[in-house]
Amino acid sequence: MSDNVDTTRAPRRIGKPASRISRLFESRQLGWAAFAIAVLFPFVLASNYAMSIGTTAVIFILLASGLNIVVGYCGLLDLGYIAFMAVGAYTSGIIAKAWELPILFTIPAVVIMCILAGLIIGGPTLRLRSDYLAIVTLGFGEIIRLTANNLAITGGPSGIYGIPGVDLFGLDLSGPVPFYYFCVAVVALMVLGSARLGKSRLGRAWRFVREDEDAAEAMGIHTYKVKLAAYIFGAIWGGIGGVLFAAHLSAISPQSFVFLQSALVLMAVVLGGMGNTRGVVVGAVVISLLPEFLRDMGNLRYVIFGVVLVAVMVLRPQGFWPSRAYEPEKLDEARKGKRDGGPRPGAPVTTAKGGTP
Amino acid sequence: MTQLVWNGLFVGSFYALIALGYSMVYGIIKLLNFAHGDIYMLGAFVGFAMLTSVGVIPASMSITALLIVLLLCMVVTGGIGVGIEYLAYRPLRNSPRLAVLITAVGASFTLEYGVSAVAGPNPKVFPVRLEGDSFTVLGARISVPQIVLMVIAVLLMLGLNAYIQRTSMGRAMRAIALDTKGSLLMGINVNKVITWTFFIGSALAGAAGVMAGAYYGKIDFLMGFIIGLKAFTAAVIGGIGNIKGAMLGGLLLGLLEAFGSQWLGGEWRDVFTFGVLIAFLTLKPTGLLGERVTERV
Repeated sequence: MSDNVDTTRAPRRIGKPASRISRLFESRQLGWAAFAIAVLFPFVLASNYAMSIGTTAVIFILLASGLNIVVGYCGLLDLGYIAFMAVGAYTSGIIAKAWELPILFTIPAVVIMCILAGLIIGGPTLRLRSDYLAIVTLGFGEIIRLTANNLAITGGPSGIYGIPGVDLFGLDLSGPVPFYYFCVAVVALMVLGSARLGKSRLGRAWRFVREDEDAAEAMGIHTYKVKLAAYIFGAIWGGIGGVLFAAHLSAISPQSFVFLQSALVLMAVVLGGMGNTRGVVVGAVVISLLPEFLRDMGNLRYVIFGVVLVAVMVLRPQGFWPSRAYEPEKLDEARKGKRDGGPRPGAPVTTAKGGTP
Repeated sequence: MTQLVWNGLFVGSFYALIALGYSMVYGIIKLLNFAHGDIYMLGAFVGFAMLTSVGVIPASMSITALLIVLLLCMVVTGGIGVGIEYLAYRPLRNSPRLAVLITAVGASFTLEYGVSAVAGPNPKVFPVRLEGDSFTVLGARISVPQIVLMVIAVLLMLGLNAYIQRTSMGRAMRAIALDTKGSLLMGINVNKVITWTFFIGSALAGAAGVMAGAYYGKIDFLMGFIIGLKAFTAAVIGGIGNIKGAMLGGLLLGLLEAFGSQWLGGEWRDVFTFGVLIAFLTLKPTGLLGERVTERV
């Protein structure tokens, strides 16, 4: 697959952003600003509780940016995304415990396991219609959870506990604040990676497949390989998220990987704006922090999430902060209309009459 | 052995009832209605609410009461299904498939957690339990409630089959499944037919929910999730979009599951089922009775 990746050029943007506000949203410094906010957060609030919430939110950003590769770039609905996180968390937990390795040394094994999981689930189903894929991923998520629940090596229903914290070349990073910074650093790199991936040659192929699979195939894109690549990248992102999750909580159990979690990650991607990394990051922060503020509402908050999901799809399917590449056609047409000064071919006759005095 | 077959057929008839709704909707508008399993859950809860509001029901009346509640629940869940179609799916009729699937997930989420917000997250005990004698046929223990429920399920399925084959609405449904645009041009009110499809599918799922509540005695707000997946598996086994296939697939899945859990142990039952789903989608995605699908996107 790697010979397909060519990180030379970003997709061409057509026309200037319309206003100052949208120029602000498009600004290149925005990523740095977000990074600065994440770095400065412990200086404002450094209680153990705040650090724990912050770390969870940062890991959630990683998951959302991984799912964004699958759903946002490539347009494949994955309803069992949390399964990849489970694969990553369990793989690193089991290996770190069994051989008493530092948890970072388990990452190669995690990546391999996630690629395998992506191949196993994507291989048979990516040739099918996309809605079959959605439901198979749902089943796959349940398979992983139930398997973890039933096997002895995964600790059964009680899971694995006593997973070591992060230890970087003798530097102990397992305290709340150091671990938060470690997560911010890793996640920032991964988010940047997913954004760059979206602008690469492979990323353009993904968008093409999302917009029109038949046309993409006719233009010589091997759609199956491209989709499988999206799936595998998503799996790796999820697996790394799982490693961080395991190191953060030091205990994992099947209850952490239920469908609700997959749905929440999906919600972050959809609400933020599928395909736009910035939107997805904001969506992930909102979705992971909102339950903390709405804690006394109980399950009603999930009802609101569900209603919002439907409402967004009906009223604003591109999400709150969509990627610009979504609308170039319209811009193009508007410009053409202005330049020609006359009616476009195929326009109704009445406009032509109105245009000539 | 015969016990396994009977148990499989019994559970399979539940799957078949729910799979019918999946298959009908899919056959007509090519939509995977993720909220369908939750309609089943909703049926159980509506039945629960009706029966508890009535008060104590004497044991001799329980079957009659159950039948009445069953019919009322079918109407209510059918109405809710129509409402979901109207609010969530109809505005997206011509949208990309991804948007519709996400909406379906949102609808399912709303139903699940809506019920848990109204009725509370803890499992509820169904007020009417079907109790009855059991007898032995060919080494299988069969109880009277099982027979009653099975008869209801078979009657519903036969009724649906007759409806689809004999009435003009059924013919309209088959026509839309074949060619939506063509049926529109031939003067069929497509929206009305789709509404009816949702009504019937949801009513059948609601009926299955009430029956499951009365038989197992316990209901909770996530009970529709797994069974929705299994009903989808049943629909895929039979060939999705095919009514008879859904019935066949449901019964077959029940049997497979009974033997599979005997072979691997009960805790692997769901894993086995989803394994069957993935195997079927890989080897024979059209299912046993499905026609060859030319469209691939």
